Amino acid sequence: MNAERVRDLYELLDQVTGYIYPNEIEIRWSILIVVYPYLTGLVAGAFILASLVKVFKVKEVEPTYRLSLLTALAFLLVAPLPLLFHLGRPERSFEIFLTPNPRSAMAMFGFVYAWYLMAVLLLEIWFEFRRDLVLLARASRGLLKWVYRVLSLFSTDISEAALVFDRRAIRAITIIGIPSAFLLHGYVGFIFGSVKANPWWSSVLMPIVFLMSAIVSGIALVIFLYMVLTAIRDHPIDMRCLDTMVSYLFYAIIVDFSLEALDFIQRLYESEESVKILGTLITSKLFLSLLVLQILLGMLVPLGILVIARVWTFNDDMRKLLYFASVILIQVGIFSTRWNVVIGGQLFSKSLRGLMAYKMEVVSIEGLLAALVLLVLPFIILAVMIRVLPTEPLEDRVTVPSKAPAPESPEILPLPTSGS
Amino acid sequence: MNKREFLKSLLLLLHAGGFVGALARWAGAKETGGKEGEGKAPGGADAKGEANGKHDPARHWYGMGIEIDKCIGCSRCVDACKVENAVPPEPFFFNTWLERYVIAKDGEAVVESINVKGKSSREMRQDDGEVIRSFFVPKLCNQCANPPCVQVCPVGATFSTKDGVVLVDANRCIGCGYCIQACPYGARYLRPESRIAQKCFFCYHRVAQGLLPACVEVCPTQARIFGDLRSKASRLVRFTRMNKIHVLKPSLNTEPKVYYAQLDGEVR
Ligand code: SF4
Ligand code: SF4
Repeated sequence: MNAERVRDLYELLDQVTGYIYPNEIEIRWSILIVVYPYLTGLVAGAFILASLVKVFKVKEVEPTYRLSLLTALAFLLVAPLPLLFHLGRPERSFEIFLTPNPRSAMAMFGFVYAWYLMAVLLLEIWFEFRRDLVLLARASRGLLKWVYRVLSLFSTDISEAALVFDRRAIRAITIIGIPSAFLLHGYVGFIFGSVKANPWWSSVLMPIVFLMSAIVSGIALVIFLYMVLTAIRDHPIDMRCLDTMVSYLFYAIIVDFSLEALDFIQRLYESEESVKILGTLITSKLFLSLLVLQILLGMLVPLGILVIARVWTFNDDMRKLLYFASVILIQVGIFSTRWNVVIGGQLFSKSLRGLMAYKMEVVSIEGLLAALVLLVLPFIILAVMIRVLPTEPLEDRVTVPSKAPAPESPEILPLPTSGS
Repeated sequence: MNKREFLKSLLLLLHAGGFVGALARWAGAKETGGKEGEGKAPGGADAKGEANGKHDPARHWYGMGIEIDKCIGCSRCVDACKVENAVPPEPFFFNTWLERYVIAKDGEAVVESINVKGKSSREMRQDDGEVIRSFFVPKLCNQCANPPCVQVCPVGATFSTKDGVVLVDANRCIGCGYCIQACPYGARYLRPESRIAQKCFFCYHRVAQGLLPACVEVCPTQARIFGDLRSKASRLVRFTRMNKIHVLKPSLNTEPKVYYAQLDGEVR
């Protein structure tokens, strides 16, 4: 073992309080495993917001439908990376497909992921964008033309009958997609909730709490992106859409908060063997991340802001400001939630007699920088996708080109009449 | 009883003694894995049917007994294990380790691993107040019959053998660490160099050759008893018959196969 590692471990040893099993000195699941459920949560949440439009026919949030889908895809593409990087032997990761252990929750990751990516998200996105891709392919030249042709998988039929089929397909996929999104993230909760050795994780509520917090974070993220995007493009914000999204967000937070409170009260009331050490954990190591960041700043404050924004009648600008502040706080809160589950669950000894310490590395592959890169990467992917794919349907401009308004922003391509 | 009768019975007694002694030696040889490779499997299983010298896992079901009152805390088992299994020498990784419990009059237990010397660890002092109980507990992988570590391993690298030992396939482990999270006993760690999961495996390489695990071999007080639960003649079976035994964290239903005699309720 190299000297630096030994020194680090001795340093950690000095921070141990009480008794821990000697092998527990090292926190095995690092910040990357915090990032992983955070990302999948955003995917599930964004997708569920998108399905409000198609399945539950919430017309108000239509303007963010495509944005939600693309957000879900961008984050889903990055989601397996933190898992891969944290493995001791990443080069063997394919074993999970070759010899999966059917009794292992983690072994199902590959299959759940592949299902969600291929059978749900990519398919739905393709059907949604197919018509516009065909139109864009006709309208553009050179390399870009080919990009659009390949993306549309060389389909050319945009007759009304074909479009009706597209719409039906989207609806069907969304109906399958909702339980799949639940599966994707509920399953991540199950990975933790099913570990009976760990009293901080082991709870039937875990998958449900994960899901609700996923919905909260996903909606908050799409609100954030929608506001930022309209600002960049200098478009007006559709306030009806924004208000509707925020009210869904509001209810989701209330459900999420109630579930977490229930979990907490249940543990306190049952007062099992582990209650003492978990109490010490919360009041010492997790004080900042749980009580201050997760509960106070990440939940109560944004909840308060949203209540104020609903009770008082503010003008649009003020409301936007309040919404924006709360969605940012919510992201901080949900990230802290993931931290408290993943890292918090490894900070106390299974002997229930002591607490360990976590020293985050900075530059290593499992360190802070890697985590930051993985958190920024989905936004870059999303930016590229938004450049290539129109976030609003091109419909009007194509069918009635003469009536089309002049393009307000450079990325909306004027389509030639031959296209319709 | 005249002199002649007395001598006769004495002779008989001596004979009987000799016979019993021989029997004991024979039985002992059987249990302790045959004095240096007599072709017998450890734990009293006869090598019958394994005459070709090949270890037949289906015929055994291994476990370990630990007699807490016999453990003097010398740590020779820990050292032997580190050497035998190339466990990193630093005090952070152990296949087996020792815990010391000191229980004060007010019931407060002070626990420490005597193999780990950190800032907070210290020796007992005179002015520590009245101690009512104090003892050592050797810990190791319990080779659970219902092992959560095997259940969670995504690639099946951790598996149970037919003879009841939980092993890690070093060529398949992807180092995800899920098994480390799932083990309730802190028995596992990720080997720092190869970055694969490791833990006690009852010195399977020795056991398969009819030898005892290294820790059992070196224990000067025979506080550790290794054996085959399928063989009636095994020392382990006798140990479980003669002692009131207990396993660690039974409520988790992992069905450990490391059996403790004189286990204190404070031990977790
Ligand atoms: S003690 Fe831990 S590592 Fe050993 S078999 Fe049981 S669960 Fe697995
Ligand atoms: S670390 Fe290795 S043995 Fe443990 S669960 Fe992961 S793949 Fe299996």
